[in-house]
Amino acid sequence: MEMLSGGEMIARALEDEGVEYIFGYPGGAVLHIYDALFKSSKVPHVLVRHEQAATHAADGYARATGKPGVVLVTSGPGATNAVTGIATAYMDSIPMVVLSGQVASHLIGEDAFQETDMVGISRPIVKHSFMVRNPEDIPATIKKAFYLATSGRPGPVVIDIPKDATRPDLKFEYHYPESVKIRSYSPAQRGHSGQIKKAARLLLSAKRPMIYAGGGVVQGEGSALLTELAQKLNYPVTNTLMGLGAYPGTDRQFLGMLGMHGLYEANMAMHHSDVILAVGARFDDRVTNTVSKFCPGAKIIHIDIDPTSISKTVGADIPIVGPVQSVLSDLMEQVALLQKKDPQLPDAAALQKWWQQIDEWRDKHGLWTGRRYGESDSIMPQQVIESLYRVTQGDAYVTSDVGQHQMFAAQYYRFDQPRRWINSGGLGTMGFGLPAAIGAKLAFPDKDVACVTGEGSIQMNIQELSTCTQYKTPVKIINLRNNYLGMVKQWQDMQYEGRYAMSTYEDSLPDFVKLMEAYGHVGIQVTKLSELDAKMEEAFAMKDKLVFLDIFIDRMEHVYPMHIAPNGSMKDMWLSKNERT
Amino acid sequence: MRRIISILMENEPGALSRVVGLFSQRGYNIETLNVAPTEDATLSRLTLTTEGDDKTIEQITKQLNKLVDVVKLVDLSEGAHVERDMMLIKVRAVGGVQRDEVKRTTDIFRGQIVDVGPSVYTIQLTGTGEKLDSFVVAMSEMEILEVVRSGIAGIARGEKVLRLKSS
Ligand SMILES: Cc1ncc(C[n+]2csc(CCOP(=O)(O)OP(=O)(O)O)c2C)c(N)n1
Repeated sequence: MEMLSGGEMIARALEDEGVEYIFGYPGGAVLHIYDALFKSSKVPHVLVRHEQAATHAADGYARATGKPGVVLVTSGPGATNAVTGIATAYMDSIPMVVLSGQVASHLIGEDAFQETDMVGISRPIVKHSFMVRNPEDIPATIKKAFYLATSGRPGPVVIDIPKDATRPDLKFEYHYPESVKIRSYSPAQRGHSGQIKKAARLLLSAKRPMIYAGGGVVQGEGSALLTELAQKLNYPVTNTLMGLGAYPGTDRQFLGMLGMHGLYEANMAMHHSDVILAVGARFDDRVTNTVSKFCPGAKIIHIDIDPTSISKTVGADIPIVGPVQSVLSDLMEQVALLQKKDPQLPDAAALQKWWQQIDEWRDKHGLWTGRRYGESDSIMPQQVIESLYRVTQGDAYVTSDVGQHQMFAAQYYRFDQPRRWINSGGLGTMGFGLPAAIGAKLAFPDKDVACVTGEGSIQMNIQELSTCTQYKTPVKIINLRNNYLGMVKQWQDMQYEGRYAMSTYEDSLPDFVKLMEAYGHVGIQVTKLSELDAKMEEAFAMKDKLVFLDIFIDRMEHVYPMHIAPNGSMKDMWLSKNERT
Repeated sequence: MRRIISILMENEPGALSRVVGLFSQRGYNIETLNVAPTEDATLSRLTLTTEGDDKTIEQITKQLNKLVDVVKLVDLSEGAHVERDMMLIKVRAVGGVQRDEVKRTTDIFRGQIVDVGPSVYTIQLTGTGEKLDSFVVAMSEMEILEVVRSGIAGIARGEKVLRLKSS
């Protein structure tokens, strides 16, 4: 058997695990590991410019590919810088393994240089964490970390590694386990068959059904089955912010995103439905509006791999715990059996009436209706996303930051496939977009990767432009420039009589075009609607260049629809500045 | 309603902080907490009492079960069970009258005086939480110097067991 040091075992184990990229940043506590990677590893390492970006890039990679993202940071500030990215991944259930250096064992607890209790700090935002106590445990610990991160409800796992465990002079027998068992951990493999039968019956008895699918369908690779089920039944589908692409966005049965900035028809249909099939969604407060008023007439079937997601906020009538693929295929089988017995199911007349109603809602309030607050040639943010959609033929990986631009992207880029829409839904982390785009681009170098951002968000991790130079990741940055922290401004307009407390910085923004040039990229300013498409095409035609489109948009636009809160229900929405349901 | 949740978990560093952290993180309260190793050195048994409606308790048990270190758990309050809390209480006892009074009350509650000083008694008392509460009330005439309680430990009555492999 081969004898390896702790550091070498880490390098080898990552290789044996099939890791494609490590995103990280070196420092004292991880130098043995870096040296081992340098000497022997076949796994490329991406050096970011800030550890937060390492986690977001690994996260973007994970969301785009479905494979776990891998991060390596040093102790102390390296580890704490990674925390926001770990929390981001945790909230959206993204598989990630974070290796953090720790001071040597004999120094732990002594407030040693760059010591921080990473296991403690990260505890509420990880699926699990390990502290390596014996170097010989390293291979098994890494195997367990990957198993935990990727199985059940995925999530980030931290491995904290004291420096002495990676010493080059101490060698151990290396054996990477094929598989691991953790006796206290056994995620559900199948849904309960009795519950699934009940669910099939309820589903087929619906007169006003809705399928409400979230990020769990994307993560659990359930999109194809979900689409098949929905199309067999001709039931309408809505996706959460995290679920976009789980059902084809251009299909007639798709009602768009639901929730706070969900489409009118999606929210109306949810509110008036009689049966909701919720799959891999968690009835988040940004979806439900006031929980006690949520969909009063609906019976709810809730499928999720995580039992804690079920009946956490909204009670489920038929809870089913299990992986989305196996539950959906079992459900389809039961539906087919019932339909064989009774070909009249579901009630076609009722369904037709339901679709008529939905189409009426659709006609009444589609998305943007052409309002405009500035000059007639000013660019509306919605038009930017439509242009992006046209130029990339709906086939790009689109990452985003957080704010109005994120909602416009979610509403207007009609994702036909899962994993194409990459955003921080749960934590809402500004600064996510650019590093996530790096991760996606490294995973799919031949695909268009666009980061839709705002001039506020992009500055939160703008240092990663340098990483893009180093690793030649020619992503396209679509900056919806309104010179405001737009989403903050929108709330201040609506709830604080337009007092823009700390949401402006117009006079102090950098010249983004020059900034791009300084990094060796291309910056293009777009100020007129008439040049929007041409410049968008120009940007995407530069295959090998990172292009930053600085697009000046109508500064006063708000994102609509918007749920009326507090105390509103799903159907209570602002539809424009002066129109409400 | 008060619940007694008893947890079998990995005897690993960090496991306890995950359980306790979960409660503060999600706004659940812990009233008592008792934790110690079991006959199997790799496992610890933790018993906690908490208050909450059915929905909250359901979430608590689900969230606890989700912790990777938690092997198994049971809500003892759902069935017949034995629960015990242990108290060590140190009271001022000076002069014959006072010392007799302390002894008498201790006997009534079937407690034991486990340490005697010239002006203090230390009493050990075991029982349900309510019994210990009443003892403290009964002693309220005295000067109570210290109260130490173990927190409730519990076990199901009859054949029901909480262990790694169910028989
Ligand atoms: C790290 C972080 N800090 C603060 C916020 C709160 N926040 C949400 S949206 C927003 C404004 C975003 O502005 P910008 O990136 O310019 O996008 P816009 O809304 O203008 O499209 C802020 C400050 C956040 N989501 N994340």
